[in-house]
Amino acid sequence: MRYCQETGTLARVDQLTDTVYSFTIEAPQIASLAQCGQFVHVLCEPFMLRRPLSIAGFDKEAGTVRIVFEVRGKGTAWMAALKEGDAITLNGPLGHGFPLLDPDKKAVLVGGGIGTPPMMPIARHYGQNATAISGFKTASAVILQEDFEAFGVRTVLCTDDGTAGQKGFTTDALETVLTEGAADVVYTCGPKVMMKRVAAVAKAHGVPCYISMEERMGCGVGACFGCACKTKTKDGGTTMTRVCLNGPVFDANEIDWEG
Amino acid sequence: MADMRVNIAGVEFKNPVIAASGTFGYGLEYNEFYPASRLGGVVCKAVTLEERLGNPGPRIAETPAGMLNSVGLQNPGVDIFIKRYLPLLRRQDVAVIANVAGHSLDDYVATTAKVSDAGVDMVELNISCPNVKEGGMSFGTSCESVEAITAAVRAVCKCPLMVKLTPNVTSIAEIAKAAEAGGADAVSLINTITGMRIDIRTRRPILKNNIGGLSGPAVLPVAVRMVRDVYKAVSIPIIGMGGISTEEDAVEMMLAGAAAVQVGSATFHDPYASIKIIEGLQAFADSQRLSSITELTGAVQEW
Repeated sequence: MRYCQETGTLARVDQLTDTVYSFTIEAPQIASLAQCGQFVHVLCEPFMLRRPLSIAGFDKEAGTVRIVFEVRGKGTAWMAALKEGDAITLNGPLGHGFPLLDPDKKAVLVGGGIGTPPMMPIARHYGQNATAISGFKTASAVILQEDFEAFGVRTVLCTDDGTAGQKGFTTDALETVLTEGAADVVYTCGPKVMMKRVAAVAKAHGVPCYISMEERMGCGVGACFGCACKTKTKDGGTTMTRVCLNGPVFDANEIDWEG
Repeated sequence: MADMRVNIAGVEFKNPVIAASGTFGYGLEYNEFYPASRLGGVVCKAVTLEERLGNPGPRIAETPAGMLNSVGLQNPGVDIFIKRYLPLLRRQDVAVIANVAGHSLDDYVATTAKVSDAGVDMVELNISCPNVKEGGMSFGTSCESVEAITAAVRAVCKCPLMVKLTPNVTSIAEIAKAAEAGGADAVSLINTITGMRIDIRTRRPILKNNIGGLSGPAVLPVAVRMVRDVYKAVSIPIIGMGGISTEEDAVEMMLAGAAAVQVGSATFHDPYASIKIIEGLQAFADSQRLSSITELTGAVQEW
């Protein structure tokens, strides 16, 4: 079995900011199968479509998975109203996750806003050999910095307005980090415009870069072609590739950023 | 126990619940949840003569009680479908229906010839896709073109031919009659209803294609009414679809005149939707002491 539907119990709810929530869900089957960078498809009972959310953490022994999401619309607002002890139904773990190197390699993680959570399982894997660069609009939107530090990861915090950490973009911080010391791999998730720039900076430094794409999804398992994004083919052309099945993680070189 | 088998145009289905085209891939994507052999049939994602990349994203938007899609017939082309996907699905004990789309009449004819030669139980002629600029729905909105394309495809199709009808017409009953006159062995309806959603902050349509096709529970009563209209107008069997997500919905559709049903976007909400509908239909038929599920077809008593 690669994935399943599982109705778990919402074991812990933490509200991280005005609009961002962390759910720890007892879902032992999904936890046992989960890998870094995969996602779960969350049933929002009153709504037609499930919400795809990246796995922000999993504990195979405790049988839990963690998701961190932002309230953006009706579905996520419905989720945010769930309470500890409530049932929550997930399909997962879905998609292809981040390729991981040996934990003694140097990894740089670049998360933008609500793209930060999927960096967490990677941070755990690399521990002190990882640098986590996180960018947010302002201090009140900052999330997960203590979690990264708990893994022994070096954190670099950026805000657009300078109210927390350094003022400026994650991509500038990435340039500095890669200039200061060699890295073996870069991972990123966040706004497309940020990931495009992250990919360019990594490429300029000759470092492989893996990105996690976001797209509106239908089925989550490759059946409907609803979530396709534009990718490059080996012969120099472009094609449309299903984010749910072939992604959400792609080698940055595969993405056609104009698409 | 009531007999759940249905026979449509000579094709045997072990139960009347069929996965709808475009929502069930090539029949194996849901294998982690259950084997396709639990279903009565599977209609594959539409195939065209050549590969098609479909429309740019976003291709999906949620709506009240439904969703819009503007996938635009993305598929690898009929040759790869036959080589890579069809043999795997053929190994499952389930009726296989190929959904054929195209740019031109010649495309439809050539693609149908290839899939029916390769061996499928039935062809579903897709002249109702709202998401492509050429072909697709434009063939399905006038009686003359429906009859002409049905006849042309019928001539090369070695298996029963079902024509999938668009609801985006003045009289779907007249279109169904044209399909019957062209030699269709069955009709399926409804494809999606064209719709649009707008992001009020950006003032942009949510779909990059601007418009898409509406499916989901919102369209069920429209579909039931149209199946009823078509049932009165033609004598060939009808496979009803549009917003079915429970066994009650399936019973309604059959009472209106459907010999079987297709389940589509409900599978996105619950991957087990079709399985629950099959089990629910059996329980309903038994509670009504039916000897065969076919007794429901067209059995509505109109006022």
